[in-house]
Amino acid sequence: MIPLWMYLLVAAAMFCIGVYGVLSRRNAVAILMSVELMLSAVNINLIAFWRYTAPSDMAGQVFTSFVFVIAAAEAAVGLAIIISIYRSRRSVAVEDVNLLKG
Amino acid sequence: MLELNATTLAFFVFAILSLGGALGVVTSSNLIHGALYLILSLFGGAGFFVLLSAPFMAAVQVLVYIGAIAILIIFAVMLTRSMTRMTEVYNRQWWLSALVGTLLLLMLALGVIFPVWGEGGMLPNQPVSNEVATTEALGVAFVSGDQFVLPFEISSLLLTGAMIGAIVLARDTEAS
Repeated sequence: MIPLWMYLLVAAAMFCIGVYGVLSRRNAVAILMSVELMLSAVNINLIAFWRYTAPSDMAGQVFTSFVFVIAAAEAAVGLAIIISIYRSRRSVAVEDVNLLKG
Repeated sequence: MLELNATTLAFFVFAILSLGGALGVVTSSNLIHGALYLILSLFGGAGFFVLLSAPFMAAVQVLVYIGAIAILIIFAVMLTRSMTRMTEVYNRQWWLSALVGTLLLLMLALGVIFPVWGEGGMLPNQPVSNEVATTEALGVAFVSGDQFVLPFEISSLLLTGAMIGAIVLARDTEAS
């Protein structure tokens, strides 16, 4: 069997790649894609812990389902905001959304 | 340590898919390519769910994440094409982001590999038991009065609110 730390390491690597994508990309849709990567990494983490420590209890899979729900809701609203910003600013680079900048 | 059987091979295939797709997402200059790399990475995640005896989660990942969210992202990429294609991929602090990401990965790897929690301070190398709860138990857990029915109903409210909010935010306001 594969030890648990290998699953957790893959999930941690995916999460850190997502963190790098969120912090360094200029395009807002690319930032949203990196956030989806982070959420998927969290899901892998949750299911790995569920399988290895408490596989007869359903809490791990229920938690993962709620993370799916939240990711879907956040992707829909985030993309609606990005489209609405694009309509008024004609650009989706996040450094162009600077009306509140001093 | 790891015997060479189909499970280990599948684990490494899915790990390469997930991490390769993730690297493709954060380094691609063409956003459609980035969305396709995201789909590849999410397929790797679905493969992990199958390896971890959660087939319903794998099906939900493919249906919801890939079939709905990734397609929505592709739509948004097509709707927000800017006039110039010469924009750079990274902003000016990309080296700091890479440093932060690497430090976070080192911290997480130390916390995962070395014994800091678990019984006796070690994470389990084998699953505790092979009695895995079925999908029927998941369905019962969602609607059972003493389990998770309240977060289930609240999440349906969240989805309704998100749907209405997305429609209101993205609708065309120039309709006469």
